[in-house]
Amino acid sequence: MPEINLAQALNGALDAALDADERVVLLGEDIGRTGGVFRITDGLRERHGEQRVFDTPVAESGIVGAAFGMAVAGMRPVAELQFLGFSYPAYDQIINHVARIRNRTNHRFTAPMVIRVPYGGGIGAAEHHSESTEAIYAHIPGLKVVVPSTPHDARGLLLAAIEDPDPVLFLEPIRLYRAVKEDIPDIYYTVDIGPLRVERAGDDLTLISWGAMMKETRAAASVLENEDVSVEVLDLRTLAPMDRQGIVDSVNKTGRAVVVHEAPLTGGFGAEIAATIQAECLYSLNAPVERVTGWDTVFPLKRGERNYLPSVDRIVNAAHRTLED
Amino acid sequence: MTTRKSGLGRGLEALIPSANKPTTDLQNRQNHGNGGSRMFRLIEPDGTVNDRLPVTVDEMKALYADMVEARTYDTKSMAMQRQGRLATYAPFHGQEAAQVGAAAALHDDDWVSGTYRDAALNWRAGYPWELLILGRTGDERGGQVPDGLNVLPPSITVGGHMIHAVGLGWAEKLKGTDVVTLTSFGDGATSEGDFHEAMNFAAVFQTPTVFFCQNNGYAISLPFEEQTKADSIAVKAEGYGMPGVQVDGNDVLAVLQAVREATALARSGGGPSLIEAVTYRMGPHTTADDPARYRQEDQDNFWGDRDPILRVRRLLEKQGEWTQEWHDSLEREASATIEAAVEWAESVPEPTVEEMMGRMFETITPPLREQLDQAKGEQDA
Repeated sequence: MPEINLAQALNGALDAALDADERVVLLGEDIGRTGGVFRITDGLRERHGEQRVFDTPVAESGIVGAAFGMAVAGMRPVAELQFLGFSYPAYDQIINHVARIRNRTNHRFTAPMVIRVPYGGGIGAAEHHSESTEAIYAHIPGLKVVVPSTPHDARGLLLAAIEDPDPVLFLEPIRLYRAVKEDIPDIYYTVDIGPLRVERAGDDLTLISWGAMMKETRAAASVLENEDVSVEVLDLRTLAPMDRQGIVDSVNKTGRAVVVHEAPLTGGFGAEIAATIQAECLYSLNAPVERVTGWDTVFPLKRGERNYLPSVDRIVNAAHRTLED
Repeated sequence: MTTRKSGLGRGLEALIPSANKPTTDLQNRQNHGNGGSRMFRLIEPDGTVNDRLPVTVDEMKALYADMVEARTYDTKSMAMQRQGRLATYAPFHGQEAAQVGAAAALHDDDWVSGTYRDAALNWRAGYPWELLILGRTGDERGGQVPDGLNVLPPSITVGGHMIHAVGLGWAEKLKGTDVVTLTSFGDGATSEGDFHEAMNFAAVFQTPTVFFCQNNGYAISLPFEEQTKADSIAVKAEGYGMPGVQVDGNDVLAVLQAVREATALARSGGGPSLIEAVTYRMGPHTTADDPARYRQEDQDNFWGDRDPILRVRRLLEKQGEWTQEWHDSLEREASATIEAAVEWAESVPEPTVEEMMGRMFETITPPLREQLDQAKGEQDA
C-alpha cells in the first residue's frame, strides 16, 4: 500500500462518495476541467461525468445557495470554495440559510451538505488567499466545522461529513495538502465528527492544535521530548462541536496546556479552549493556559509570512513558560 | 419603452399581446415597471375581458373566493399585530391576484421559495393558515410544513432564497422528475447580488425555475424608479438568456396564464423564465412602517381603483355571477376559518428549551447536551 498525501486522500474520498451514493454531486469553480485550484477533484469529472461534477460560474453565494437548494431537495452536494478568504460572499447563505433550515422548519427540511474550503497561509499566496478565520464559522449554531491534519483523518472525516445529516464546513489545510504522507486503507471508511485525536500521549504538558499548525506543533513536541518533557499532543480535528471532554481529560492529567492556532489571537478559537480549561480544570492547572497564535494583523504577503505564522520556537517557548510554574 | 422582443421568446412570447393594445392608464408617473404597451393582461380594470379566458366561470369564482380569503387573513393579521397577538407583519393587501394566480398555476409537488409577504401564495400552494399564523406568533414550529408539501417557510432575508429555488430545481432535474420551482420576490430583491447569481445559475444550468417578481412599486420606501434604470424587471431576463414577460399583477388570470406557461416551459426542459407581475402594495411595508412618509394619496386612489378583487367582481357582475350576499358569505366563512386558525395557533404550548436545543442538529451534540442540562437546572432552580 503506497503512502499518499492529504490531497490524494481527499480526492479518493470524493471518488468513493460519488461511487457510493448517487445523490452526491460536486460543484464549484474550476473543479471539473482543471480539478480545482489544488487539484483535489482531479479526474473526478472524467470518471463520474458532467452530471455529477459541475463547473460553476464564479459566484460563491450562488454555489452555496444552489447547493443548499439541492440538499433540501434530497441531494448530497459537496461544494468547493477556492479559498477561505473567498467564502465571505457566501457568508449570508451559510449563516442565514444553510445553518438554520433545520431550526426554522423544526426538522422538516434539512441541508445535508458539505462546503469544502482550502484555508491557511504559508505558501506565499496572494492577498485574501491565506485566511484562517475558522472561529467565525465555529461560532455559528447549526454548523459543524471540521479540520483534518492527516491523510487518514482527511479521508475519513470527509466521508463522514458527506454522510452527515447536517451541514459541515470542511476546512483543508493548504500547507499540508502535499506535506504529510501516510499509508491509509484503500477502502471506504469514516472518522467520527466530534472526537479529537490524541496524537501523542504524555504527562507533563498538553499541546492542542488543528489543521495546518499541527505541523509546527508536532515539531515542537519532538523538541520538548528531546528535553525529556512528556508531551501530550491533541489534534482537535473538529472545532464544532468541540470535544470538551477530550480536552478536559488531557489537561486534568498534565496540568499544563498550550493552544496553537494560525488565526489572530483576539476572539480566536483558542479563547474558547482556554475558557473551557479554566472552567473545568482549575484545580489541576499548574500554570496559566498559553496561546500561541497569529497576531491581530491582516495576514502578511509572501515576504512577511514568517513574521506572522507561529513557529516551532514560539511554541517551545510557550511550553517552557508553562513548565516554569 | 424599448422593444426587446428577442429576449422574450421561447413560448412565453405568446403572452405578449400582438395587437400592441396600448394600456395608457399605466403609462403615467404612477406606473412603475413601465409596462406600457407590452404588459400582458386579460381583464381590464373595469372588468371587461381582452381575450378568451383560461378558466371557467366556476374557476373564476373560486379564484375570487381565494382572494377574499387571503385578504381576510391579511386584514385580521394587521389587526392582531396591533393587539400584540402576532409579531411584526408584512401585509400583501393589493397583491392578492399576483399571489393567488401564481400559486393556482402550480402542481401539488412543485417547490415554492417565497418571502415574508407571500402568505397568500404559500397558503394557496398548500401551506396551512394554522402554520403560517403559528409562525407569525413567533414560533419556529410554524415552519414545519406538512410532509409532502414542498413549500419553504417564508424567507426573511431579502434575496438569498432565489438561489435556493435554483438548487431545488437543479436537484429535481438531476433526479429526472418533472417538478418545477417557483421563487417569489419583490422589486427590492432584484437589487440584491443574489438576484444576479440566481438568474445566471438558473440559465447556465437550465434549471426548471420560475422567477416570479411582484413589483409592488417600493422597496420599503424606495420607489421603483430609484431602484433601477432599466425599463422594467422583465427586460433583465434578456441579459441572462431567458425569457421574461411583464404581466398586470392585479389581473389574476393574466398571472395564472403566465405562470402556467412558464411552468410548462420549465417542466418540459425549457429552463427558467422571469415573470414580472406589476402590482401595488396598498399597505405599509410592515406593521413597523409608515407609508405616509413616502407615498401620495392619489397613488393609493389610482391603485385602489385597480384593486385585484374589485376587478374580478366587475367581471363577474357583467356575467351576473356576483352578488353582495355571496361576497358577504365568503367573507364570513373566511373570517371563521382564520379565527379558528388563530385559536389553534394560540393554543399551541410554548416551545421548550429541549425543543430549541434539539433542533440545531439531527442528534444533539455533546456541548449542546451540556448546555441543555445547565439550562434546565437553572429553570428548575
